[in-house]
Amino acid sequence: MDSAIATTQAEQGIAEQQHEHVSVPQHRHHFATPEQQREAGSFGMWLFLLTEIMFFGGLFFAYLLFRNWYYDAFVTASNQLSVPLGAVNTAILISSGFFMALAVWAAEVRKKSLLVLFLVLTTLFGFAFLGIKADEYHEKFEKHHIPGASFDTSQFINPAAYGLSEKPLAPDAAQKTQLFFFLYFAMTGMHALHMVLGLGILFWLMIRAQRGDFSSGYVAPIENFGLYWHFVDIVWIFLFPLLYLINRHPLAH
Amino acid sequence: MSAPSPTILNLPDQSTAQLPRRNFINAEHGLLSWLFTSDHKRIAILYLISITFFFFIGGAFAGLIRLELLTPQPDLVSSDTYNKFFTMHGIIMIFLFLVPSVPATLGNFLIPMMIGARDLAFPKINLLSWYLYVIGGTLTLTALVLGGVDTGWTFTAPLSTHYLNTHVITTASAIFVAGFSSIFTGLNFIVTIHRMRCPGMTWFRMPLFVWAHYAASILMVLGTPVVAIALVLVILERLVGIGVFDPTKGGDPLLFQHLFWFYSHPAVYIMILPGMGVISEVVSTFSRKRIFGYTAVAFSSVAIALFGFFVWEHHMFIMGVSNYSALIFSLLTMLVAVPSAIKIFNWCFTLQMGSITFETPMLYAFGFMGLFTIGGLTGVFLGSLGMDIQLTETYFIVAHFHFVMVGGMLMAFLAGVHFWWPKMTGRMYPESLSKLAAVVTFIGFILTFMPQFVLGYLGMPRRYHAYPPEFQVLNVLSTAGATILGIGYLMPMIYLAWSLKYGAIAGDNPWQATGLEWQTQSPPLTENFIEIPIMDHEAYDYDWLEHKTADEVTHVG
Repeated sequence: MDSAIATTQAEQGIAEQQHEHVSVPQHRHHFATPEQQREAGSFGMWLFLLTEIMFFGGLFFAYLLFRNWYYDAFVTASNQLSVPLGAVNTAILISSGFFMALAVWAAEVRKKSLLVLFLVLTTLFGFAFLGIKADEYHEKFEKHHIPGASFDTSQFINPAAYGLSEKPLAPDAAQKTQLFFFLYFAMTGMHALHMVLGLGILFWLMIRAQRGDFSSGYVAPIENFGLYWHFVDIVWIFLFPLLYLINRHPLAH
Repeated sequence: MSAPSPTILNLPDQSTAQLPRRNFINAEHGLLSWLFTSDHKRIAILYLISITFFFFIGGAFAGLIRLELLTPQPDLVSSDTYNKFFTMHGIIMIFLFLVPSVPATLGNFLIPMMIGARDLAFPKINLLSWYLYVIGGTLTLTALVLGGVDTGWTFTAPLSTHYLNTHVITTASAIFVAGFSSIFTGLNFIVTIHRMRCPGMTWFRMPLFVWAHYAASILMVLGTPVVAIALVLVILERLVGIGVFDPTKGGDPLLFQHLFWFYSHPAVYIMILPGMGVISEVVSTFSRKRIFGYTAVAFSSVAIALFGFFVWEHHMFIMGVSNYSALIFSLLTMLVAVPSAIKIFNWCFTLQMGSITFETPMLYAFGFMGLFTIGGLTGVFLGSLGMDIQLTETYFIVAHFHFVMVGGMLMAFLAGVHFWWPKMTGRMYPESLSKLAAVVTFIGFILTFMPQFVLGYLGMPRRYHAYPPEFQVLNVLSTAGATILGIGYLMPMIYLAWSLKYGAIAGDNPWQATGLEWQTQSPPLTENFIEIPIMDHEAYDYDWLEHKTADEVTHVG
């Protein structure tokens, strides 16, 4: 072969191969084949999730650092979180992820009504998670556990007065519970923000699925969104034990 | 690959060259066709215009800083204003010029062409990245107009979170947004390089420019989110008043330093690696030789990216980190010098026995190699613990950083802009004027920053607007150099704009370079290639270029 540009036997072979593939209307022309497009899309999504890991990684790092420094305050503050609510929420989020996995399957076997159904279920469970989360936030608000000017440490300095069988904390140590709640809100808030964005995209996907966009073999958006949604699940799978479970005192009521 | 003897090539006769009738510039008309384009070449031009705009704003602040430092007395501005000057200079130059400079302009334009693709993998995300950049830039200008910010570009906590009452939140949001612009560029490059290469384009046939961008993209994708979360925490800390970084509330200012430098040290490799890619292309083309040790140069880019992630603590040696970790980070810092030196040595061996010509890009490349070597070696001084304690927070740091970033990166950027100007616009820049500009830039640069090494060694601290009178002579020299440097940067701005209309028509391959981007028309078609090329030779194969058949089809119309 003399030239990098001239049409050659080999290239014609490739061109013939291309025509055997199913051509979908969503094929973008700078990709040689729909396969290339699909691979590029999913690779891009994995890379994006990698950046998300680094993003959350900073928060996890800060949490682990301060947890080591202010162990007592973090344990006491952690006891204020409701394990039953957290556990229920974990189950809800896993169910949401399960329906998302089913949605990907439904798209791949080109079952339109099933796809829409599973996307709706994914969305409903997503909203249920946010609802319970909002209830937990509201409880923190009532107990003055929102960091800032109205933050109240008296519950940690004198737990007996609030009917808690915690070890009382010295006032300066009790102040450190504020750091715990700040990181709790920052981490779960950032997670919830990702869910809100995801739910927005879910609505858009539902409309497109209802229109039949994903019923002819073009499933990349569903697959890639599935990756994102599972990533959001996994973040919670790390948040739940770190914030709610590890080194808890035995529950005393 | 043939023997490493240079192939003598004659440059084509440009008097017969014609502008192609159809190309990406005249494919569509009107402002909206640019603002809503998904063509990587048009987005590159949009980026080029916007980063040039910010470069001159950042440069204006540099001029004001040098003007204040002309005299030992604080006579031009108050200390607060001076703080705002150097903060704005740093933020604009780093986040809005250096980080996107080569990747978003030349990389955007050239990577798809170099690997034989029609576009980047995600053209719309590419456009989105430009819009994010513009939003980030606008927010920065907003902060500036509202009264500025004086944290320094490093946002050092708890200074930025508790003690300053300037527009920190606006500026931090600006960098957060601009950071995502950079993430999307890097992500697009990685996917494109993995998935969009043309038939025959193996990893080791890619131009080194592409390898350098690949390494830089890894840093963008992995590092930028960490500074994003650090800035989010700064913003939240200012809004809510909680002390993650504030020691009086139990927080840890060192945590901010770790999170910030985990990005911001690799960021200097984000800035320099694409520049090194440019130099590889320029040195090979104007020596008519394959890059000596292609594989070593390719892997040295990846090695810089890899080591670059494990040296951030050398910014914190005097901040009370443990002596043992300082020892390890000092060692790792010096390790980065190894792949950098591999590049410099291989470029030198490429020059050896080459048939070297001294076109403008080559002059800038020589400037790069000399200045980067000085900048890099002083980096090794600073990486050694004893020297660092003596020299940190002095003008030695300022000089070191500017030798690498301005003497290195900006020279490489100008080398690249001149080198690919004929490809991007179809027209030549005026050669003798641009050679003059390259020389003026070099002289101005040396005069500006060489005295700062001495000043720093003598102990002049950075970030003050007044200094003892015995430092004045060197400061006057530095300010005079900055004036010359400013002229050196204004010249290309003017004659490149002039050449858009009056420059000689370039033809397809005015330098007789080997990259795929040179084997098509200049300016290229919107779809880059009439047919997707097949890469059937090694990179930098000048024998292949010499024997290439002349009757290939490269034009439409």
